Amino acid sequence: MRKISYNDAIREATKQSMEEDDSVFVYGEGVDFATGVFGIALDLAKNFGDERVFDMPMSENAMTGVGIGAAIAGMRPIMVHQRIDFMLLALDQIANHAAKACYMWGGESCVPFVTRAIVGRGWGQGAQHSQSFHSIFAHFPGLKVVLPSNAYDAKGLLIQSIRDNNPIIFVEHKFLFNQEEEVPEEMYTIPLGKGRVVREGNDITVVAYSQMILEAEKAAEELSHNGIDVEIIDPRTSYPLDEKIIADSVKKTGRLVIADIDWLYCGISAEISALISDKYFDYLKAPIKRVGLPHTTHPCSYSLEDVFYPDKDTIITSVNEIIKPQVVENER
Amino acid sequence: MMKKEKPNIPDEKLVDMYENMLKIRLVEEKLIELHPEQLMKSPHHYYNGQEAVAVGVSAALTKNDYVFSNHRSHGHYIAKGGDLNKFIAEMYCKIDGCSRGKGGSMHLIDTTVGHMGSSAIVSGNIPIAAGAGLAFKMQNKKNVSISYFGDGAADEGALYESLNFAALKKLPVIFICENNFFASFSKVAARQALENIPGRAESFGVPGKRVNGNDVIEVYNATKEAVKRARNGKGPTLIETVTYRVKGHCGTGDDIDPKLRTKEELESWEKKCPIKNFKKFLMDNNILTEQQDKQIGKKLQDQIEKAVEFGRTSPLPGKDELFKDVFN
Repeated sequence: MRKISYNDAIREATKQSMEEDDSVFVYGEGVDFATGVFGIALDLAKNFGDERVFDMPMSENAMTGVGIGAAIAGMRPIMVHQRIDFMLLALDQIANHAAKACYMWGGESCVPFVTRAIVGRGWGQGAQHSQSFHSIFAHFPGLKVVLPSNAYDAKGLLIQSIRDNNPIIFVEHKFLFNQEEEVPEEMYTIPLGKGRVVREGNDITVVAYSQMILEAEKAAEELSHNGIDVEIIDPRTSYPLDEKIIADSVKKTGRLVIADIDWLYCGISAEISALISDKYFDYLKAPIKRVGLPHTTHPCSYSLEDVFYPDKDTIITSVNEIIKPQVVENER
Repeated sequence: MMKKEKPNIPDEKLVDMYENMLKIRLVEEKLIELHPEQLMKSPHHYYNGQEAVAVGVSAALTKNDYVFSNHRSHGHYIAKGGDLNKFIAEMYCKIDGCSRGKGGSMHLIDTTVGHMGSSAIVSGNIPIAAGAGLAFKMQNKKNVSISYFGDGAADEGALYESLNFAALKKLPVIFICENNFFASFSKVAARQALENIPGRAESFGVPGKRVNGNDVIEVYNATKEAVKRARNGKGPTLIETVTYRVKGHCGTGDDIDPKLRTKEELESWEKKCPIKNFKKFLMDNNILTEQQDKQIGKKLQDQIEKAVEFGRTSPLPGKDELFKDVFN
């Protein structure tokens, strides 16, 4: 099968969805510009015209409301943020309106609206260009939050998100953009709320989100040389959460590390940890460990970035804290 | 204050407008009458005194035109033709309410007549109405989309972001500002340096007009013109309707307070009652008789009694409703 990159997969999913359904349209700052928002919107304006692919005023809050209103009136908008950080300008429309419309109006209205948001970081992007809000958004009932970690998932999850009748926050990590995978040319969907076993293993479960999947895979490879057999789970969504896939893995391994791209404090890693401790405590052979961002602001200097961001080594350290090769040996 | 000359509007339509204004007033008077029972457990923001705005606007629309409304939404809902039984049931927080008892007074909706929902966040519905306008344009429909908001929402940035976008894309959107002089417990004079809400719209390239919000015909005519513009692809209009909040911000009180308003001020506006004055105008022009008026009043009272009975007897939402409708 042909291989394409993560950003090409998103572009293909968008293009095919627009061909399939006239109500799908795309807007955001610079979406019709030559570089096409990291290549993702490349040629979309040329293919579909400026009625369906258009630039927008620097008005994140109102333009989110515009998407909600268009969705209520029968369209399926896709709004694009080059940096997820700017979504906080639109928090009223996202949390007070998109998330609540269906419920507070007794199911009389629905908001099929996808917001694609890119997580940056690195090269000193610092405090306001590096965050991820998949935990914050998952906190509000009524939103679904999707974080594809590879090209295949990106295409299938985006097509599903566009077809879903609810507001979706679709979080894309820039470090994944050039990752290539085998991706079918035809349209396919991946249900929201179904995770994926990325790598099977028996000794310890690593649940990882987004870019941390890449780090978890590297960590698992290294740990395998020490005789530790890591299972990696990608939940793919922070809401709805695939509890079963995580629980099944923990029942098998008895150990859990959660690796996230967000702050640990009040983050999705804390949620998963609480869930497993609460409902599956008896299966645990060791305390749950979490890998993520410490409670400080995303720094600029690369000397601080190195300390701030977790990577494969942070995951390996956490795994080693709760499992020793000889213990694994004895278990066998 | 009411025009002396007979407007170029069919008599039947004028009587309909009167009936709709009276309906809003009588429904709210019933809510106030029932208030001591404490069975309608959600915050009521009464529309008393502002009826000419919602009725004048709705009279210029079809049911396929959308309105998006705010926390003071009873009048917007009733004027658009929203189901009265479901309205009263919603006040009682019952399962047969328009929002299945999950919305209450501040979250009304009746999509069958184009009332697309009330939001209690000041200015929240403005960009949403603009978005519906965008959808109409993309779908090549001739419908228009209305946002009702108050002078308080004119303090919010969302209005200006929405005006700009609606002007940019020439969207079929009509911004109806109900300037009732108060945002909860803040007077407009304490919040805005200039009394120029229409002028602010003009600065974005959106025609802005100020009308007497207690004159249903003025509101109707201004809306009709804006609707015509919007349907012809000419873009949005802002209409500031100057009216007055007769009741307090929330509940049955009157908010008489040295900081806010005097009894004299309130009484001077009660004299400008949009319904009484319109009734007089209709009678002076032989469009309405005392007998007709009585019949209308009787008909409305019957409808209201039936709706109250419907609301009272409807069941409360069951436990299983708590998790329904979080997602579609």
